[in-house]
Amino acid sequence: MQNNEKAAAAASAAPAAHAAKKPPLITITKRDDSTLLRKIMARLIAIVAALIVSAVVTVLVTDSDPLKLFQTIFDGAFGSDRIWGTAEDVAILLGVALAITPAFKMRFWNIGAEGQVLVGALAGALVMMTFGGVPDWLACLGVAVSGIMAGALWGVIPAFFKAQWRTNETLFTLMMNYVAIQLIKFFLKVADKSGSSTVGATLLQHGRFPVLFGQPYLLNLIVIAVLTALMFIYLRSSKQGYEISVVGESENTAHYIGINVKKVIIRTMLISGALCGLIGVLLVETSQSIDPNLAKGNGFTAIMVSWLAKFNPIIMVFTALLIVVLSRGAENVATIMGLNKSFSDILTGIILFFIIGCEFFINYKVHFNRGSKAKREAGDA
Amino acid sequence: MPRLYQIREGSITVGFESGTEYALQLRNVTKAFGTKVVANKNVDLDLKKGEVLAILGENGSGKTTLMNMIAGIYRPDSGEIFVDGEPVVINSPKDAFKYKIGMVHQHFKLVSVFSATENVILGIRDGERYNLKRAAKKVAEISARYGFDISPTKKTYEMSVSEKQTVEIIKVLYRGADILILDEPTAVLTPQETEKLFDVIRNMRNDGKSILIITHKLHEVLAISDRVAVLRKGEYVGTVNTAETNEDQLTEMMVGKRVSLNIARSEPKDPTDRLTVSNLNMVSAEGVEVLRDVSFTARSGEILGIAGIAGSGQRELLESIAGLRTLTGGTISYVDPDNGNTVDLRSKTPVQIRDLGVRLSFVPEDRLGMGLVGNMDIIDNMMLRSYRHGHSIFVDRQPPKTLAENIIESLEVATPSAQTPVRRLSGGNVQKVLVGREIAAAPSVLMAAYPVRGLDINSSYMIYNLLNKQKESGVAVIYVGEDLDVLLELCDRIIVLCAGAISGELDARTATKEQVGLLMTRVKGGARDAK
Repeated sequence: MQNNEKAAAAASAAPAAHAAKKPPLITITKRDDSTLLRKIMARLIAIVAALIVSAVVTVLVTDSDPLKLFQTIFDGAFGSDRIWGTAEDVAILLGVALAITPAFKMRFWNIGAEGQVLVGALAGALVMMTFGGVPDWLACLGVAVSGIMAGALWGVIPAFFKAQWRTNETLFTLMMNYVAIQLIKFFLKVADKSGSSTVGATLLQHGRFPVLFGQPYLLNLIVIAVLTALMFIYLRSSKQGYEISVVGESENTAHYIGINVKKVIIRTMLISGALCGLIGVLLVETSQSIDPNLAKGNGFTAIMVSWLAKFNPIIMVFTALLIVVLSRGAENVATIMGLNKSFSDILTGIILFFIIGCEFFINYKVHFNRGSKAKREAGDA
Repeated sequence: MPRLYQIREGSITVGFESGTEYALQLRNVTKAFGTKVVANKNVDLDLKKGEVLAILGENGSGKTTLMNMIAGIYRPDSGEIFVDGEPVVINSPKDAFKYKIGMVHQHFKLVSVFSATENVILGIRDGERYNLKRAAKKVAEISARYGFDISPTKKTYEMSVSEKQTVEIIKVLYRGADILILDEPTAVLTPQETEKLFDVIRNMRNDGKSILIITHKLHEVLAISDRVAVLRKGEYVGTVNTAETNEDQLTEMMVGKRVSLNIARSEPKDPTDRLTVSNLNMVSAEGVEVLRDVSFTARSGEILGIAGIAGSGQRELLESIAGLRTLTGGTISYVDPDNGNTVDLRSKTPVQIRDLGVRLSFVPEDRLGMGLVGNMDIIDNMMLRSYRHGHSIFVDRQPPKTLAENIIESLEVATPSAQTPVRRLSGGNVQKVLVGREIAAAPSVLMAAYPVRGLDINSSYMIYNLLNKQKESGVAVIYVGEDLDVLLELCDRIIVLCAGAISGELDARTATKEQVGLLMTRVKGGARDAK
């Protein structure tokens, strides 16, 4: 009993003892309970904060009016002369994101979308160059089929090695990008003896896709819209989509219920690569030219689009839109306000930093221990 | 076991130089993970010098979290810890050693190519030069003093589980710990090894050490401890003197209400052979023989128990029957209860086995890693077994939804809804979902590996009842378990696996725990496999 009293007496003197040995300042715990409202608020705050920081940086560096900056960003994305370009960019980025999503859902880190798009474009371009003397519809079909098959092949090679020998798909798909780029460089050398760095409309004559209602980008938009709906249904309600989820979550479980994991890996990458190839075809048809930079890094940006949307195709429409609006806005800032091209990259970087960073605050909670100690003392009193 | 009590009476009066009789005291210790899980709430605890205090509580009652706070692995959110009456803040295991507190974890942390001594001195910075010989001598001294049975130069990879545990305990003693925390030390031991460990614990206590031992096996609590502190759902319930309590009272303190601890075992009704395996052999990817000439028959209306030290081939055996692993030899034949035809299951995939009309259900030991998908909701987990039905390319979520709702209702699964990801459920509820799904397939053979591991008492008895009901309806049940008391109470026959071979078969109604324990460490009459 005496000891208990002693303990109690010591407890009241404890804060002094604590001061000698400080607990860590910050503790981070995972939270499972983020409400929808919280998630939306966190993202809104992130966007606002990103815009404020961009404005501050712009004012400090260039001495411009911050309100004009936001106006320019908005015009860059939605101005009447730029809106179709924005829509096209969204369509292509969304398309690539849709293509890689089944693979990512299966935890197959396909960072080779760039290469898969490029080989699709290359195969399409080859047909466009050579398919003279056949009906136009057949040439179009040839462009589409060859592009899709080339993309599928580029996707299936790493999948086969992964399924068969468990090679690392990240490195494999990454390296395949460079192979694709070199192939296009080789094609340029061979196809255009003039030494130009792109091959343009004069050589890519056959199998041109029709232009709908005088809008060159409209076909792409329709294709991607249909693709979005199909991918949503495929992942959510098809047996194959279900198998992809199971393999991605736990290969052991897949094995246990008798899913042929190798088959699912190969099949899924076949689809992923084929869709990338299709996007490549759309790109080469729209621009009527091909060069190693045709995919413009969309194969990598698409990973972010897909992840930010948690692999939900419908939400990807918005994440793709967000990223395109920001980058086109920043681009416009650089041109209109007469700034260096790199400045738009800086703005995009700032904005993405905030958007991605806010995910941390949605998934984790940060405690500052000084605050909790004060609370504890208040509780004791 | 009157002998134990005698020793206890003799030990309490040992004198100490310092002023307090308490080695360790906790006051109002609280620890929460995230916003929802409160692992410990206002826990008080007193550990006297020179006593064995058992920390008793069901899984999830916060025993290990509490011990981790004492050992410096977690930091309490609030509350005080006193060592020898002085308030202390323990921020790291290093701090804990400063206060002479050492913890032996459930999962060993040893370097397998090191010898016992090397493992013991690993990480010690006492300012002295590295001297393996001197250290080995000290290890030998400690061993002799407390009755450990270990050679200081033996390599860890050559050690049995119980020897590895010994090294972990010596590690703590070598660093001069006076307060030892043992986290479920008997979970991996045979009855004989447990007795040996208890002798050591008594020696340490008689030497003046204070020992906190975590366990949920009641008879062990009664055998080894002086006092018992009970936790329930993170809260401290109370402390009782072991000599003045019994299993019923402790269970009531643990669960919060009276629980009947009896398993109703019925006589098998006209058992017929359902699954016969003979001479199964398997070699692992590393070239180790994991199954050796395993033969047995599972009969309908009977529960066949499989006992053995963890990792004796239980997992490989069940997984090979389920078509998940490749055998190097042997046959598996299944007798179809509908027409009496015999089907060979060897080298068939799970899908092929199902297509043959074999109704084989399997509750694997790794629930969330194999039996279920943690991030999927209950409905989608139900669908794992049935999603292939029909020719449509789309899945039909209606039947699994009905099944999920039925299971939630009939097995009393505590879940917000059928759309809740199973990883959010507690261990017992996860297991109910899994067992419910496997039983819903109307199996004629049901294999269950450690189906009550990590479950609270109520859930455990619910699972036993479910297995018994399956047995009574004519299913051949194969039950792999670790608690020998339960195996003897639940099963009709028991086969014992040792190092991948069957070392004996017993009638569960007449066998004793000691018999099973002996077979667990003996390969067909020979000495324990040195490996």
